[in-house]
Amino acid sequence: MSGVPLSWYLILSAVLFSLGIAGFLFRKNIITIFMSIELMLNAVNLSFIAFSYELKQVNGHIFAFFVMVVAAAEAAVGLAIILTVFKNRSTLNVDEVNSMKY
Amino acid sequence: MDVILFLIFATIAVVCAINVVVQTHPISSAVSLIGVMGSLAVLYLLLGAEFIAMAQIIVYAGAIMVLFVFVIMLLNAGAESKRGRSLVAQLLGFPLLIAFLTLVSFLIQRLLPGTMAQFGTFKGGTAQNIGRALFTTYLLPFEVTSVLILIAILGAIVLARKELD
Repeated sequence: MSGVPLSWYLILSAVLFSLGIAGFLFRKNIITIFMSIELMLNAVNLSFIAFSYELKQVNGHIFAFFVMVVAAAEAAVGLAIILTVFKNRSTLNVDEVNSMKY
Repeated sequence: MDVILFLIFATIAVVCAINVVVQTHPISSAVSLIGVMGSLAVLYLLLGAEFIAMAQIIVYAGAIMVLFVFVIMLLNAGAESKRGRSLVAQLLGFPLLIAFLTLVSFLIQRLLPGTMAQFGTFKGGTAQNIGRALFTTYLLPFEVTSVLILIAILGAIVLARKELD
């Protein structure tokens, strides 16, 4: 009856973070890009919890809690921005929202 | 038992995360993301983080993803077109991702002490412990968080009002 090596949790966290980066870079839909950011935040939370287990301290849990709070605030503001952009541009494609580019 | 549970839910998490990235329709991505969050909550439980696991389900899968699905429905977002993707990115992206992950996994395996995570050995993640730390050591950050939430609510209301009139 042996447990799981802690490094497996960290590798899983790295895999999820990389998939989040891939989604962030490859996707064009602004809502999917936003969901990729949430995926990255979740991967970071898993790292915090794993290290908290390693050190037998509660500090990592507190930090994961704060990450969740910030993610909630970010989702509220970000989705409001997406609604405004869609109202003004009628598109969700980030390639077509480029008025600050030129 | 721990290994079996870890492997099952890690596989679900990775498959759902790949699904988030490759699905063209946003609503499929959102449902897959809920799968990732649910399986991560089980992994938190395995690591003894009861409070965070419940908060993950209530806050992430319950509140944030409902907000996402609500916006997707409200904007009637359709499937994304495949044109305009860079050829170099398509050819090199996946092999480079695999190479990067192999390197990171190797480094993690070599650098970390080989602790075995076993269910039930760490009991410091209950609501009592988290609450005590939150209201003594981390009182100031906790209060600052409430200000942050207030500012976020005000910002969301201002942005939503602007699009109404």
